[in-house]
Amino acid sequence: MDTREKDIENLKDYKYGFTTDIENIKAPKGLNENVIKFISNIKKEPKWMLDFRLKAFERFKLLKEPDWQKPKYPKIDYQDLYYYSAPKSMKDKPKSLDELDPKLLETYNKLGIPLQEQARLNGIAVDAVFDSVSVATTFKGELTKHGIIFCSMSEAIQKHPDLVKKYLGTVIPTTDHFFATLNSAVFTDGSFVYIPEGVKCPMELSTYFRINASETGQFERTLIIADKGSYVSYLEGCTAPMRDENQLHAANVELIALDDAEIKYSTVQNWYPGDENGKGGIYNFVTKRGLCKGKNSKISWTQVETGSAITWKYPSCILKGDNSIGEFYSIAITNNHQKADTGTKMIHLGKNTKSKIISKGISAGFSDMTYRGLVDINSKAKNSSNYTQCDSLLMGNKCGAHTVPYIKNKNFDSNVAHEATTSKISEEQLHYCQQRGLNPEEAVGLIVNGFCKEVLQQLPMEFAVEAQKLVGISLEGSVG
Amino acid sequence: MKEQLKIDFNKIQEVSNFSNRDIEIKKSYLNKFIKNGFPNRKHENWKFLDINQIISNNISDLSFYNDYSIENKIDSSIFIDDLEHNKIIFINGRIEKIDFSYEDKKQIEIIEDSYTIDKSENNNSLIDLNIALSNKHFKILIKKDYSLKKPLIIYHLTNEKMKSKNINLRLDFELEQNSSLKLIDFFSDDSEKNFMNIFYNFNLDSDAILKNYKIDKSLNKNLKYSFNNINQKQNSISETFVFSAGSDYFKNEINCNLKGEYSSAFINGIFSLDDNKQHEIRTTINHLVENTKSYQLIKSVLGKNTKSAYQGRIYVDSKAQKTDGYQLSKAILLDETSEFNAKPELEIYADDVKCSHGSASGSLDDNSIFYLMSRGLNYKQAKGLLINGFLLDVIEKITDAEIKDLLKKMIGLKK
Repeated sequence: MDTREKDIENLKDYKYGFTTDIENIKAPKGLNENVIKFISNIKKEPKWMLDFRLKAFERFKLLKEPDWQKPKYPKIDYQDLYYYSAPKSMKDKPKSLDELDPKLLETYNKLGIPLQEQARLNGIAVDAVFDSVSVATTFKGELTKHGIIFCSMSEAIQKHPDLVKKYLGTVIPTTDHFFATLNSAVFTDGSFVYIPEGVKCPMELSTYFRINASETGQFERTLIIADKGSYVSYLEGCTAPMRDENQLHAANVELIALDDAEIKYSTVQNWYPGDENGKGGIYNFVTKRGLCKGKNSKISWTQVETGSAITWKYPSCILKGDNSIGEFYSIAITNNHQKADTGTKMIHLGKNTKSKIISKGISAGFSDMTYRGLVDINSKAKNSSNYTQCDSLLMGNKCGAHTVPYIKNKNFDSNVAHEATTSKISEEQLHYCQQRGLNPEEAVGLIVNGFCKEVLQQLPMEFAVEAQKLVGISLEGSVG
Repeated sequence: MKEQLKIDFNKIQEVSNFSNRDIEIKKSYLNKFIKNGFPNRKHENWKFLDINQIISNNISDLSFYNDYSIENKIDSSIFIDDLEHNKIIFINGRIEKIDFSYEDKKQIEIIEDSYTIDKSENNNSLIDLNIALSNKHFKILIKKDYSLKKPLIIYHLTNEKMKSKNINLRLDFELEQNSSLKLIDFFSDDSEKNFMNIFYNFNLDSDAILKNYKIDKSLNKNLKYSFNNINQKQNSISETFVFSAGSDYFKNEINCNLKGEYSSAFINGIFSLDDNKQHEIRTTINHLVENTKSYQLIKSVLGKNTKSAYQGRIYVDSKAQKTDGYQLSKAILLDETSEFNAKPELEIYADDVKCSHGSASGSLDDNSIFYLMSRGLNYKQAKGLLINGFLLDVIEKITDAEIKDLLKKMIGLKK
């Protein structure tokens, strides 16, 4: 077998596993004040930003890595990582796509995310993040017309410092937990979205994250602000090349919804999960938190988690404004040696706040899946309600499925309901499908898609189709 | 506290006649406890109610030595009249009487000081404390094919002589093949601000049946912790019922190891709390082999300044196919200062299982109240009726008719 054939063979399982051969600028290896200054300097950041980073780093030095999670991993040597890596051609930021390194364009074409606007099927504005920098943002003109700011975080720090200063770190403060604080110190790029008062964003906004360089941690930071009465739907996709090493991805995502605003945040996470023996893959340790700051605001998280060696994240909603709504829809699929510990937190602070959690977990192979969630109803959150449903599906007896919900109700006016089931695909259902001419694999695919339907239908159209396919691919080889 | 512990430990050793081996074992557990101290909220199992804090808030100068040389007078007015029963009476932690007068003496053996310390790792420092400081220790053995004719009631009584004390009790029960035991733990206190630490170990051989009812009804200001460890072989059944209401703090832990096929465990509990009470039930059901079953139902009614917590864990081993596990917890919050916490946990490694849990909490349903009031009840009556109905559901799960009636009378659901 020549190398090319081998490549093709490899790619069959994880088609995004290729690497882009491109020259990089890297920060010196390791984590220290100089590296942070290097990052800040290369991004030409103002002093307040550097101070923000250094403050976080001071705090980080005091923190211990948490170890209460279910999936254990070998100790990460934080001094043996690159904290900044960017394609050399990005040093002087290209002004338009024509100036962009063709290799990067090709990479995104290969991933199915053409950056040329005319090539897009329908209007979805994309911010493409490659390792530590944002390489391009599309449809800027159209968005500017509506007063919407959609750009990379670095650009926002330069051009909209007031907004960044006002909101950055208000939902995930620099004093948060280990990984969030690490991110605050060394974050490199990410997306920034601001929707002005009363504006309904005319198109879906999306960010595509790509890890390419090896021995590099990706620390992106996304901040979305929906001003009064506005609406935005935001999508996020992620892939990485196949490598034998484990790579760390520790992002922070902050959402802020003011009065009557609504943010819909969808993720299809397909980082490289490692090979079938559990070698390699991404550690996806992400902090995502949304703040329903204003009255009648709404934040909705939808996630399809199929990739990563270890997924460890809890997209959360802090329901501070009265009548605010938080939603969480999740599908998590683990196969082979993948591990996931995911769920959500719904913190009810305001009156009449409502939250809904639908979580579907599927584990196959030797994988391990945990739903961990918190519903906390504060004593002031009068007349609030929560509904939680988390179902798990097991395929085979080498995998595990766990449910660990925490329920705290301190308000007698509020209702909390929680349901969870764990089972396998019933023989009757399989038999029924096979009787009608489906082969076992198709039958399982159909049943699993039915199982996930409540979540899949929350995704925007284009994503839903993609996600449905992904669900099928992730479970390939787990039947029988 | 450390100094006090050491002094009291030495005092206990002086007055008791433990063998050297026992003293060594006890010492090692004492050191373990001294190292770890009372569990606090940093331990996952103590997240909701922090015993370390509760003890230091409620009891100042906790001491561990109890003088067991003087006999206590038994006040027979406290006995339950409606039910013929065997008795074991503890007063202030001292065993005063063991009375199996209704039974065939040959079928029951009472063994003193038989140490069967589990070698298994335990991460529970209260068990360490118990092993280190518990005084006389009995093992009750029920022989093959014998079913006790009458229930056994263990009275846990305290009187005003006791203050700021820690009591550690331990009883072992061995149920041989096809035997059965109905056991009621009845708590009644005339003391306040003490901490009781009770550890029961049950071994159920095949086809054995254990029914344990814990009744903590009389109001008192003591803190209590009870741990039931139940090992079950083939076809055995355990039923545990907890009525948790009287003490200022009460945590019941039940750990069931379903080691034999077709064994089953049932746990039902009621929290009926008012006035600053904080109670918790924590269960762990380990399904270790095929075809085992567990069922849990916990209901809370919470009044002013109260807090209840339910932590239920179902563990299903990869060998334990065809497991059937169910958990349900419900709570009614009556006051704006009441709080309900739940952590119903499933940890599953086998695929052919049926496991589910549910949890719901909220206030009384306005529509139901309206319905009852429109039929002539006043608000108080309507509320009472709804609460009784809510709790009756759990009482009805009790499989022993006599005891069910007794409990209904005690709670006031029946005259």
